[in-house]
Amino acid sequence: MSDELLKVTNLVKNFELRVNNGARRKKRIVQAVTNVSFSVEKGQTLGLVGESGSGKTTVGRCILRLIEPTSGSVEFEGHDLGSLKFEEMRALRRKMQIVFQDPFASLDPKMTIGASISEPMVVQGVPGDHSDKVIELLELVGLSADHAQRFPHEFSGGQRQRIGVARALALNPALIVLDEPVSALDVSIQAGVVNLFEDLQSRLGMSYIFIAHDLSVVQHIADRVAVMYLGKIVEIGDQEAVYATPTHPYTKALLSAVPLPDPKTERARNRIMLEGDVPSPVNPPSGCRFRTRCWKAQDVCGQEEPMLTVRPSGQMSACHFPES
Amino acid sequence: MSEKVLEIRDLHVTFDTPSGPLEAVRGVDLDVSAGELLGVVGESGSGKSVSFLAAMGLLPARARVTGSVSLAGEQLIGASAKQMRSIRGRLLSMIFQDPLSALNPVHRIGDQISEMLRSHQDLSGREAEKRAIELLDIVGIPQPGDRARQYPHEFSGGMRQRVVIAIAIANNPKVLIADEPTTALDVTVQAQILEVIERVQERFGTAVVLITHDLGVIARVADRVNVMYAGRNVEQGTIESLFDHPSHPYTRGLLASLPRPGKQRLKPITGFPPNMLNPPSGCAFHTRCEFAADICKGEMPALVGFGDLQTACVRARDLPKNEIFL
Ligand SMILES: Nc1ncnc2c1ncn2[C@@H]1O[C@H](COP(=O)(O)OP(=O)(O)OP(=O)(O)O)[C@@H](O)[C@H]1O
Ligand SMILES: Nc1ncnc2c1ncn2[C@@H]1O[C@H](COP(=O)(O)OP(=O)(O)OP(=O)(O)O)[C@@H](O)[C@H]1O
Ligand code: SF4
Ligand code: SF4
Ligand SMILES: [Mg+2]
Ligand SMILES: [Mg+2]
Repeated sequence: MSDELLKVTNLVKNFELRVNNGARRKKRIVQAVTNVSFSVEKGQTLGLVGESGSGKTTVGRCILRLIEPTSGSVEFEGHDLGSLKFEEMRALRRKMQIVFQDPFASLDPKMTIGASISEPMVVQGVPGDHSDKVIELLELVGLSADHAQRFPHEFSGGQRQRIGVARALALNPALIVLDEPVSALDVSIQAGVVNLFEDLQSRLGMSYIFIAHDLSVVQHIADRVAVMYLGKIVEIGDQEAVYATPTHPYTKALLSAVPLPDPKTERARNRIMLEGDVPSPVNPPSGCRFRTRCWKAQDVCGQEEPMLTVRPSGQMSACHFPES
Repeated sequence: MSEKVLEIRDLHVTFDTPSGPLEAVRGVDLDVSAGELLGVVGESGSGKSVSFLAAMGLLPARARVTGSVSLAGEQLIGASAKQMRSIRGRLLSMIFQDPLSALNPVHRIGDQISEMLRSHQDLSGREAEKRAIELLDIVGIPQPGDRARQYPHEFSGGMRQRVVIAIAIANNPKVLIADEPTTALDVTVQAQILEVIERVQERFGTAVVLITHDLGVIARVADRVNVMYAGRNVEQGTIESLFDHPSHPYTRGLLASLPRPGKQRLKPITGFPPNMLNPPSGCAFHTRCEFAADICKGEMPALVGFGDLQTACVRARDLPKNEIFL
């Protein structure tokens, strides 16, 4: 297993929510991520998909220790991040970076682009003058050296996202968590940023966790895909297998709901219409969390939690009555 | 061609901004026929929302609007505030991306629908209430009688958007304008809302204008499409023709940039959207167009018909035949 870069085992993150209920203050637990396990190999891309609130961002933030997981382990290059001392964590931390969705909020408007890009190097105490490295990074992401002196407001969304990527690359990370990195961009601009991610990966060999709503982009970029629903992974496996033969009813419904840019296929498709919305993560349904919207649900689905099980096409899914 | 209910001619909208005048809409011509579903696509800032806000009379006073918008024969540009209030909700309704902002948090759902009904129709409270419950049922809200007594915060995002649709169609308008109605929703909920819109359109014969950046949504529900770029309508046609053989280089680029199953490299449109404070001369797409020539920098191209398509490109006839994408 020498190719394994990241291994997440039984990751749990509960948030405490204080609600004011008249005079009484009550504590509620948001089960944002529950028993999530997966691994990411060197040079590979894991796509993390699922609807809003399913826990994708929380998984990413736990991996980078931007928030402390409630339980479970995250191993990076064989080190259990939970047991590292502060200095050791700091050294490993530079090998893991995150790029956020909003290219507008993620750059300090008062800092030049050059200063923003070199900031991680300064924070990490990388010695020397960073200007050559900044130029190298700008060129790597398809911008030019003279952009270093300019400010964020002078750049378009796609350019700002490239700047965010240059910043994430400053410390030569082995893993980048890309949290909805193209969602805020126009489609014609998205394509260029997606190409950039692919080019950088083939040149520099880093791994990505690519979080997205857009299932077509994930199909394009990911080697493996994990589908989350209400804090749990319901299906995980090779991209081809998951997209061609989804075995979890939720995956199947999700894929069938994605509008494809082709009128003929769109109109001929048999769509699975899910009823209702995703339930609250404060009180998730017992057993299978998808059962309140699942058209195949039986009594057992409310009583026993289905475990991730290997299916004939190779992926794993958690369902008592999988699609075949 | 069936009867035209909404005709927009040479619409211009200019905002005065601290950096100078910004012409967001620069001569849009567009028709909506009775009962059709017209999709409007284009990148962020291309003038989609502003065009229809102008038609609704909902732009701030400092926006200068010229041109003509006629709705079932009535001229809307220059109409008085009173006339517009009587038209909005009765003949023309608009819904937006964020359903919460369209609902009043302190009034019951049923009362909000009744209020809309009674502002345009002579109905008793009882009649309006009954009709409100019917409307909730039509947009797919379970137990509409109970739900009518609840408040917006008791509804999920998808349910709120259904309520907003119920209010918008309450008086059976001729045209419903839906501005990114599903963008803030999850895909499985988006599919539900699109189905509601289609159902309403079929049942009442309402013409729908669906503004979206998602070509998949267009492919699913639209009859015709308008493609906007830099405040102009650059191509329009039936969805079959537009998806099968798009002619305008921007439309071609847009369709080619989408990820398709398979691992072939994506083809972005090069360059960046224009700055509307200082848009490129002539065809505004010339800064990004692979077919641009000197002639493109001269006059703004007008829409010219090619069968089922109208295209605003001076070189449309000289362009290489478009490859089939699928
Ligand atoms: N700091 C927090 N405090 C309380 N609850 C939180 C916090 N952060 C996230 N949550 C909750 O945890 C759940 C998972 O949130 P998360 O942001 O991980 O979802 P997501 O899959 O990234 O969604 P989206 O697609 O909308 O970004 C949600 O119910 C969210 O409201
Ligand atoms: N109230 C306003 N004052 C000044 N400029 C405005 C105003 N509203 C819109 N604009 C400008 O008008 C142009 C067109 O905006 P519009 O909202 O119509 O774009 P859009 O095509 O709907 O984009 P999106 O897909 O982002 O919604 C943009 O350049 C925008 O900045
Ligand atoms: S376990 Fe039951 S409820 Fe859950 S997805 Fe499978 S069939 Fe549906
Ligand atoms: S007019 Fe010229 S620049 Fe504009 S789309 Fe046609 S070829 Fe391209
Ligand atoms: Mg998120
Ligand atoms: Mg808009």
